[in-house]
Amino acid sequence: MNYQFNFEWIGTYWPVFLAGIWMTIKLIAVGGVVGIAVGTFCAWARSLGPKWLGIIVAVYVELIRNTPFLIQLFFIFFGLPALGLRLTEVQAAMLAMVINLGAYSAEIIRAGIEATPKGQFEAGASLAMSPIQTFRHIVLVPALQKIWPALASQVVIVMLGSAVVSQIAVEDLTFAANFTQSRTFRAFEAYFVSTAIYLGLAILLRFILIQVGHSIFATKRRASR
Amino acid sequence: MSQIGFWDILTNLIFATGWTVLLSIISFIGGGILGLILLFARIGKRKWLQQVVKVYTEVFQGTPLLMQLFLAFFGLGLMGINVSPFLAASVALILWTAAFLVEIWRGCVTAIPKGQWEASASLGMTYVEQMRHIILPQALKLSVPPTVGFSVQVVKGTALTSIIGFVEVTKAGTVLANATFQPFTVYGLVALIYFALCYPLSLSARKLERKLNAAH
Repeated sequence: MNYQFNFEWIGTYWPVFLAGIWMTIKLIAVGGVVGIAVGTFCAWARSLGPKWLGIIVAVYVELIRNTPFLIQLFFIFFGLPALGLRLTEVQAAMLAMVINLGAYSAEIIRAGIEATPKGQFEAGASLAMSPIQTFRHIVLVPALQKIWPALASQVVIVMLGSAVVSQIAVEDLTFAANFTQSRTFRAFEAYFVSTAIYLGLAILLRFILIQVGHSIFATKRRASR
Repeated sequence: MSQIGFWDILTNLIFATGWTVLLSIISFIGGGILGLILLFARIGKRKWLQQVVKVYTEVFQGTPLLMQLFLAFFGLGLMGINVSPFLAASVALILWTAAFLVEIWRGCVTAIPKGQWEASASLGMTYVEQMRHIILPQALKLSVPPTVGFSVQVVKGTALTSIIGFVEVTKAGTVLANATFQPFTVYGLVALIYFALCYPLSLSARKLERKLNAAH
């Protein structure tokens, strides 16, 4: 192997990478927050909600979990305009991430809810709380606390999965690598750099999520004392 | 130009699905073998080997599969190997699958209660004998449901190989969507094909898990 590695292009192309990183962060920020909200609602619907809603949610969850994210993205971006729903690239990417994380987090959060002892529901009812109040104040927070590490991992997986949104021309970190390699012909180096950045982002995101979990659940615990 | 009808789309997609299945099987078997080798390094006695495998899994689980595919595609090329998309896809998917399987299986081995190790040690078994007769048979039983569950991820992972130009069902879908201007139908069908491949695997993973829990 007599290939000379060359990273000189970084001097010229770093703003492209920076813009790409920023887009990836925006995508996972929206996808993560809204996705977990959707997942929480779906988890409620499946474990405590009305039966018909539970069935709809079950179909949604199984459909999403058993098809690739790339196909979901293509279906939303290329397929939905046939039904009159035309989205921009970024909107489509965000919607796909929300739908994807929503399905996965629904299953994770549901596991937390179903691990709640039955006495908790009864205690809530005996305090004259409505089922919604019981869910909100008694069931949800300990459930989230239990499954938070799994949820954090899933958010990181979705962030890494978002690399494919460059396929519908969203200008994310992968797009920056594609763009750079097409200009400089330094394909291996461009992908190497972006892979290293993704690894850094994954480690950072995981760290932030664990810290967020600590701070949310620590204050809750103190308040309940 | 002749019209491409619904049945033409479907037969073409089903033909391409064969490549998805083949690539999934190659990745799963290759990844399983590599994962097993890495597992022994990960749970073995040598500290530095443990560290190497730990870093390996961290890197492959902490980076996008798409990037790994690109690096395999262009990296193998740098080494002077004439890379077909199929070769690059197989290599990347095997490495990726192994990284996940080794962590799943390690969890199964560490889930075996410590008393089992102590009991077998007190019978004068060596490390290899303990592994062979006591630990691995039990870990194997634990490992079946999550391994089957992970195979779903492998099948879905093969969709990304379309991006480096391997013609499996996603790539065939893209080509057909562009040719027929019916992306809704085509991608809908592709999604259903993936569902038909993955859902039985998901279901059996769940069933196996329930059976395992019932046995305890």
